[in-house]
Amino acid sequence: MPSSEYLIYTIVGASIVTWLLRVLPFIFLKKLTLPQSVAEFLSFVPLVIMAAFWFSSLFTQEVGSLPTVNWENVLASTPTVVSAVLSKNLLVIVITGVISLALIRFLT
Amino acid sequence: MDEHLDMQTGIKDAIPTMLGYIGIGLAFGIVSKAAGLDPFTVFLLSTFVYAGSAQFIIVGLLSSLSPTLSIVLATLLVNSRLLLLSMTVAPYFKQDSMVKNILIGTLLTDETFSLGMNKVNYSNDQLTFGWYNTANILSYLSWITFSVLGAVVGEYIGDPNAFGLDFAMVGMFIGLLYLRFISDNKTPRSLQLLVISFTFLLVYVGLIFIPSNLLILVVTLLGCTFGVVIKHAFF
Repeated sequence: MPSSEYLIYTIVGASIVTWLLRVLPFIFLKKLTLPQSVAEFLSFVPLVIMAAFWFSSLFTQEVGSLPTVNWENVLASTPTVVSAVLSKNLLVIVITGVISLALIRFLT
Repeated sequence: MDEHLDMQTGIKDAIPTMLGYIGIGLAFGIVSKAAGLDPFTVFLLSTFVYAGSAQFIIVGLLSSLSPTLSIVLATLLVNSRLLLLSMTVAPYFKQDSMVKNILIGTLLTDETFSLGMNKVNYSNDQLTFGWYNTANILSYLSWITFSVLGAVVGEYIGDPNAFGLDFAMVGMFIGLLYLRFISDNKTPRSLQLLVISFTFLLVYVGLIFIPSNLLILVVTLLGCTFGVVIKHAFF
């Protein structure tokens, strides 16, 4: 167990930098308006970040060589995508995903 | 998801995120316990840092007794994508008070960001403090509760991943990605598909040499640049 002084300093430091990253844009953009070019760039953030989280879960990283396919997640993604198209309901989609992966792990 | 922006709808809309945080929260608590941290330290990390991927990195670095400064710098680097998320959400709250702006920013995560950015496609490009803050607080409480629970009872419940809970978060991103794809009227679908395909390529190539902690940030910056360039060239 690391010393409590070390733990506290580290947690305080990490908390402050994280909080500033989250809050500073809110403080500045209350007064300022983003230039059109920046706003256009940011309009792609949701699409790209959601896709990036999903796609990165489909592989297992081995730095320095090609990523290997994470078949469990690829298989579980298929019924999840189908349930998204059919239900358009986020809760149904999440539960379908969880049950799919649980079944895959149970059966293999 | 519908157009309503009241607090009650906020509760309903937050449920998938809260579910998603059960799996990762438990996993974080269990990993921290295994790394030698007590439940109170886990509580402090989840309450004050409140950033899943960064917290895993912090615990890893703490257990190897890395210097405080290098842990803080690693946190800054990994969490710098939050700057992009906050910049995207902040314009929706320009009319609200500074305190409300700071509250929304304080509890913004990848997941609640994605939730909010989907909501605007149903709510005529509007967000309310009541709706967002409700969803944020519930997600926050779920994260704290389950990460501490993982640290307290982790050793008795075994592997939470056996129930597929670790897929809840991925499922949420799949669902939100699809819902955004079909409801975003401002971006042509062919452009969205191009950006999604390019993101896939970036992730695959990036995994070869970019540490996974920084992959999302690098991919987001490059993917958005690609989107802007393609939009101006062909749309």
